[in-house]
Amino acid sequence: MFRKRLSILAAALMLTTAAHAADKVKVGFLSTLSGPGAGLGVDIRDGFNLALKHLNGKFGGLPAEVIVADDQQKPEIAQQATEKFLKKDKVDFMTGIVFSNLMLAVGPAVFDSKTFFVSANAGPSQYAGEQCNTYFFNVAWQNDNLHEAVGKYVQDKGFNKVVLVAPNYPGGKDAMVGFKRFYKGKSSEEIYTKLGQLDYAAELAQIRAQKPDAVFFFLPGGMGINFVKQFVAAGLSRDTQLFAPGFSADEDVIKAVGAPMLGMFNSSHWAHDMDNAENKRFVADFQKEYGRLPSLYASQGYDAALLIDAAVRDTKGKLDDKDAVRKALEAKRFKSVRGDFKFNVNHYPVQNYYLRVIGRDAQGRVTNKTMGTVFANHADAYAAQCKMK
Amino acid sequence: MTQLILEQALNGLQFGLMLFLLAAGLTLVFGIMDMINLAHGSLYMVGAYLAAAAAQASGSFLVGVGAAVAGTALLGVALEVSLLRRLYARDHLAQVLATFALILLANEGVRMLWGAQPVLLNAPDALAGPVEIGGFFYPSYRLLIIVVGLAVAALLYWVVARTRVGMWVRAGASNREMTEALGVDVRRLFTVVFACGAGLCALAGALLGPLLAVQVGMGESILILAFVVIVIGGIGSMRGALVGSLLVGLVDTLGRAVLPSLLREFASPEVASTLGPALASILIYVLMAAILFWRPEGLFPARA
Repeated sequence: MFRKRLSILAAALMLTTAAHAADKVKVGFLSTLSGPGAGLGVDIRDGFNLALKHLNGKFGGLPAEVIVADDQQKPEIAQQATEKFLKKDKVDFMTGIVFSNLMLAVGPAVFDSKTFFVSANAGPSQYAGEQCNTYFFNVAWQNDNLHEAVGKYVQDKGFNKVVLVAPNYPGGKDAMVGFKRFYKGKSSEEIYTKLGQLDYAAELAQIRAQKPDAVFFFLPGGMGINFVKQFVAAGLSRDTQLFAPGFSADEDVIKAVGAPMLGMFNSSHWAHDMDNAENKRFVADFQKEYGRLPSLYASQGYDAALLIDAAVRDTKGKLDDKDAVRKALEAKRFKSVRGDFKFNVNHYPVQNYYLRVIGRDAQGRVTNKTMGTVFANHADAYAAQCKMK
Repeated sequence: MTQLILEQALNGLQFGLMLFLLAAGLTLVFGIMDMINLAHGSLYMVGAYLAAAAAQASGSFLVGVGAAVAGTALLGVALEVSLLRRLYARDHLAQVLATFALILLANEGVRMLWGAQPVLLNAPDALAGPVEIGGFFYPSYRLLIIVVGLAVAALLYWVVARTRVGMWVRAGASNREMTEALGVDVRRLFTVVFACGAGLCALAGALLGPLLAVQVGMGESILILAFVVIVIGGIGSMRGALVGSLLVGLVDTLGRAVLPSLLREFASPEVASTLGPALASILIYVLMAAILFWRPEGLFPARA
């Protein structure tokens, strides 16, 4: 009886506080900050923090409190950290997850608690299609998109014997599906590896036996670094062209592998040489702050922070009004470093995808250079299955 | 097809020989002192980190390997004298608990010193490319690992089978009390054996560093395989460790290469590639179970 009365009291209290402006904005930042996938999480975090610095430590004018946690690329650790964010810290937004299997593991708890997840990376097909959710926004891309762009380019260039390599997890499956949506060559062997695998001797022997004209690989972080090094060491780069989405050919991999990456084509929705004022400021300040070129992951972290900032400002800090927050996120009143984009009905971006090639820049650094546009205003293939509201 | 199998066999040999470097130390520690040392994998990790640090500081991979072996052997001596010596008389549970604590300490220590992100260790530039052997290309660095592994195995074999120290080691492994009664200082012998085991761990860590990643927790996964190897080979037996390592290396690599393509004949690629690696990793344990069933003492029991 007493407990019931208490809960009524609590409910009444909650009603009275509803729609009052918050005095600060709490963000739970959960990402992979240790192990072979750590490079990605660190770049997202650094990009996010740079945006926060540009915003003077405030989201929409309110003091920001960002709580950072490391998921160690393990679903159970991610779930524990999420529980803490939701129940103890009572965060207003969550962001940061790199790997789609972790996103799918924590998604239900986040959505049930009516907390907005602004994904700065993981864009699983599940949350783009039938399981799309009011509380899920992806500010980067849907997983398939970058692979679709490479598939289209490989198809246009007339390759028709391609071996595909990706890890066996939701993001890897999205990669294969995305590539094959636009690549129609006749034989394409598909090799799935274990997520986190670092020794590719067995797979490289298989590739050698297949004698393909091209290899498409999606191996983010340390996996890709090892794959490219071992691919070159095995002598396969002499007669096999290597293609990858931007994930496996950005600054983190280039820094570790270096010159053997020269001439590799890859796709991205963003590049550090894009010509707009926001991007120039971002790239210059990122280098000043961290002493390295930003990767696409860093740009995504930066944009995620700007999106949260815009939503808080639009709702004037009334973060309990979930409907208003959702509308503000959908309206996305901020200038992205990638140029303009808009949200589709499933809360994934509709945007351009570009082809990049790794070469030497004016200062002699090995880095990416934008070549041209592969898709303009490209939407993902799952939006039609999304029945939101 | 033959080329594929040959290349995979070389890969299996390379992996097996690296396992041997770990299993050799582990089997002696386990065999002679009847001591379960879970922290063996941590010595492997420390070796890899020392190699990376020394290689970066000196600019030479060779210096890195040398520093790693020497440094880790010294650490092994310090560990043995200060802590492990007190555990020999205790039961296995106490040993497991204490050495598990060492794993946690080592992981956190390395995290504090070098950070949570993997450290880069590159193979020397001269070995970055492939070499041609018998009509096909093979990475020269992997070939180097095979050569070093074979040389170390031969050296160990000679030491254990042909020298006086080796005789003490074998005697200690088959009957410790009797060996002590005959006047061998088993205590000091064990410090030496432990230092050698630690050095071999470091050698494996340093050599595998450029192929894998030098990171926190790298020792745990390989430790399990090393235990499988010594169970298969027979605890305390050097020959058993070698045969067991090569068996595990070959079964794992060939299984990983052949099973998915076999399964692909009658299943979708996703299913084949989920089942394939899973079955391939189970294969090792099936092998271990079969050997435990028919030869519970392992292939070459030291206490026969």
